[in-house]
Amino acid sequence: MTSILKNRLFWPAAILVVLLVINMFTSRQFVTVQDGHLFGTLIDILRNSAPLILVGLGMTLVISTGGIDLSVGSVMAISAAVACLLIQDLDDQNSVGPVLLIIGIAIVVSMLMGLWNGALVAIIGIQPIIATLILMVAGRGIAQLITDGQIINVQSGPYATIASGFFAALPVALLIAVAATVLILLLTRRTALGLLLESVGGSPTASRLAGIGARRITIMVYVVAGGLAGLAGLIYSANIKSADSISAGNLIELDAILAVVIGGTALVGGRFSIAGTVLGAVLIQTLAVTVVAVGIPSEANLLFKAVVVVALCLFQSPTLREKVFGRLTPRTARAEVPA
Amino acid sequence: MGEQSPVLEMTGIRKVFPGVVALDGVDFRMFPGEVHALMGENGAGKSTLIKTLTGVYEIDGGEIKLGGVPVRISGPLQAQQAGVSTVYQEVNLCTNLSVAENIFIGREPRRFGKIQWGRMRRRAAELLARLDLDLDVSAPLSSYSLAIQQMVAIARAIDVEARVLILDEPTSSLDASEVEQLFRVMRQLKESGVAILFVSHFLDQIYEVSDRLTVLRNGQLISEHRVEELSQVQLVEKMIGKELAALEDLEDKAQRNRERAAEAKPILEARGLGRTGAIAPYDLTIHEGEVVGLAGLLGSGRTELARLLFGADKADHGELAVAGKPVNLRNPQVAMRQGIAFSSENRRTEGIIGDLTVRENIILALQAARGWTRPIPRKKQDEIVDKYIKALQIRPADPERPVRNLSGGNQQKVLLARWLITEPRLLIIDEPTRGIDVGAKAEIQKLVAELSDGGMAVLFVSAELEEVLRLSHKIAVLRDRRLVEELENTAGVDADRIMQTIASGATS
Repeated sequence: MTSILKNRLFWPAAILVVLLVINMFTSRQFVTVQDGHLFGTLIDILRNSAPLILVGLGMTLVISTGGIDLSVGSVMAISAAVACLLIQDLDDQNSVGPVLLIIGIAIVVSMLMGLWNGALVAIIGIQPIIATLILMVAGRGIAQLITDGQIINVQSGPYATIASGFFAALPVALLIAVAATVLILLLTRRTALGLLLESVGGSPTASRLAGIGARRITIMVYVVAGGLAGLAGLIYSANIKSADSISAGNLIELDAILAVVIGGTALVGGRFSIAGTVLGAVLIQTLAVTVVAVGIPSEANLLFKAVVVVALCLFQSPTLREKVFGRLTPRTARAEVPA
Repeated sequence: MGEQSPVLEMTGIRKVFPGVVALDGVDFRMFPGEVHALMGENGAGKSTLIKTLTGVYEIDGGEIKLGGVPVRISGPLQAQQAGVSTVYQEVNLCTNLSVAENIFIGREPRRFGKIQWGRMRRRAAELLARLDLDLDVSAPLSSYSLAIQQMVAIARAIDVEARVLILDEPTSSLDASEVEQLFRVMRQLKESGVAILFVSHFLDQIYEVSDRLTVLRNGQLISEHRVEELSQVQLVEKMIGKELAALEDLEDKAQRNRERAAEAKPILEARGLGRTGAIAPYDLTIHEGEVVGLAGLLGSGRTELARLLFGADKADHGELAVAGKPVNLRNPQVAMRQGIAFSSENRRTEGIIGDLTVRENIILALQAARGWTRPIPRKKQDEIVDKYIKALQIRPADPERPVRNLSGGNQQKVLLARWLITEPRLLIIDEPTRGIDVGAKAEIQKLVAELSDGGMAVLFVSAELEEVLRLSHKIAVLRDRRLVEELENTAGVDADRIMQTIASGATS
């Protein structure tokens, strides 16, 4: 029992369950089957978590090396702009082949953005927060240049599918997020990449002297983060069937960092948890839905979110836990006996 | 001193960590105006005892009395207020701040909330004058040597009206004259009635400066003695709990191998290798199975010389050949491909990765050499790691424990294991025995001798001449960032001979 309580992911998981239970009561449909698809609040939450999960995965890897990527939101906007611009010019927006190719191009462009970040950090040696701030600020400008300052609307069935489609009764967006998660897990834990990342994040100097090519690994991580952000941007824009350079991925970098931290990865780098980040991302999305569901006035939304996040961080702090629960646990245990 | 009452009395101190009893009913006392050495191997409980006294850990049992009054020390601040000041092993000052700021950090003299800089600088200078130091107190601390930084740390510690001053391994990175300076300060403080708790792995220093000593082993109190009651050999035996029969035949072995080593193939030849501002161009040849010792004072360029041979720093002139072929060691990866391994003197910052486990730390270099796409299978990892934990007697023998939680000596063994599994042709080890206990030291020296017997070339860097003399076939002496002499370690060569070279710089 105590070992479960001590697990870093216990409190995020507990709060997630509580929020989901609240939603079970407040929503008309929590999970149902309709036309062979799963529907309901739970499915919406999972589907809408997809962009944040994707961005969070990349952020986890970047943070594990002791870096940070503030440009993910802008990369989302660029990727969406590239995709929508190209799709708009297609003769037949509903032909699958060209749309897939365009998705590929948008992701490659996003990876190039990541390469830029990685080069600034690993080769030129700019601090990650500054290096990625450059693209964070400039990126939205680039996206607006691509779309000529307009919001580009597309009517492409295949493109919309990646956000709102279903496959095997499940939302495609969720499947993409799951696939990316599995891929990242394989990439980091089935190879030695995870170990080397944690080593570089733990001590760059010691890692260099142990013969780890920290530079190449760092660049690679930013490239992966860029690619994942690009994919997230595509899902976001496919959902609204347009490229909106201003609001695509706006402030998502903060939610992504929060998801990583909730998931138990320290901002100073080193040990990271992929599962934790996914949990954190779903938690943040659930929170956003719950706020609306329980009828908290929209102007108090952000405040409510802040309170939950602060509470969560406090619960996760070992020092506080020891102080509060070190004394509380025996008392509650006693109270439980007669009940 | 007579039968004064102790200023500090700890009785039945108990401290338990998950799965380990770190202190088991330890008694410890100190009298005013004495230097009291706390002795024990790594992991004996010295650091833990100190940390219970400085408020880093809270005790699980027992009692602490200061000046006869029971106290509960619940944090570093309470410890300071109670009159216990500490200077830690690794100087923990902010090197980017000025000397004065470092001395008064957190308790700057203020008026109306504003820091009185002038007063702060004046008081800092006064304090340092008491320690016979004349420094520019507004210069950043980083502009002074480690020894001076240490003194600054002491100045800070004694300014808070310390009744008990704890010096944890203060000498491990000082050279001989700096140690003398420190001892002078310690004696001065002792005169003024401060009780000094002194921890050092250098037995000679203990005997030179201490009045009394307490021996711990495995978290238990072994005994307390006046220093003159106990010989060094007796002390070591008490510390390790068995008779010291460790090193007796090492010296002959070195002699025996010398002839063979001279005929062996050269592994590494440096010609005019150097780096501006770090080490003057030098020539050095290392043969198969040969142990080359680097001797010299702290800052004489020992480490700088060694780093060039691993590509840790890039040489800016000269040539290097490995096994007869010219190579350019641009970075450590290139050096590793040539079969060169390097274990840094800065165990904590350039060696171990604290968050990672013992297993991960051990396989790190081998894994890095294979590249991330070719992970070492877990079964193989466990095999290798188990083997080296056993062979090097790494304790605790738990491969999944974060290496941060191991003692210094065991961390050093983890680092050696990391490099040994890469099966290098040349092993460069910089200060492998610094700050570790007698037992582990002997084990590491023995290991070096064995490796050299097995044909591995070793470049052994150490501040301790005895150690260099005991292990090396050949000794290179450095002075002022220059290799001044290279000599065969024959019967006639002793510490005096090397000291002479270090002192005079004569190239014979």
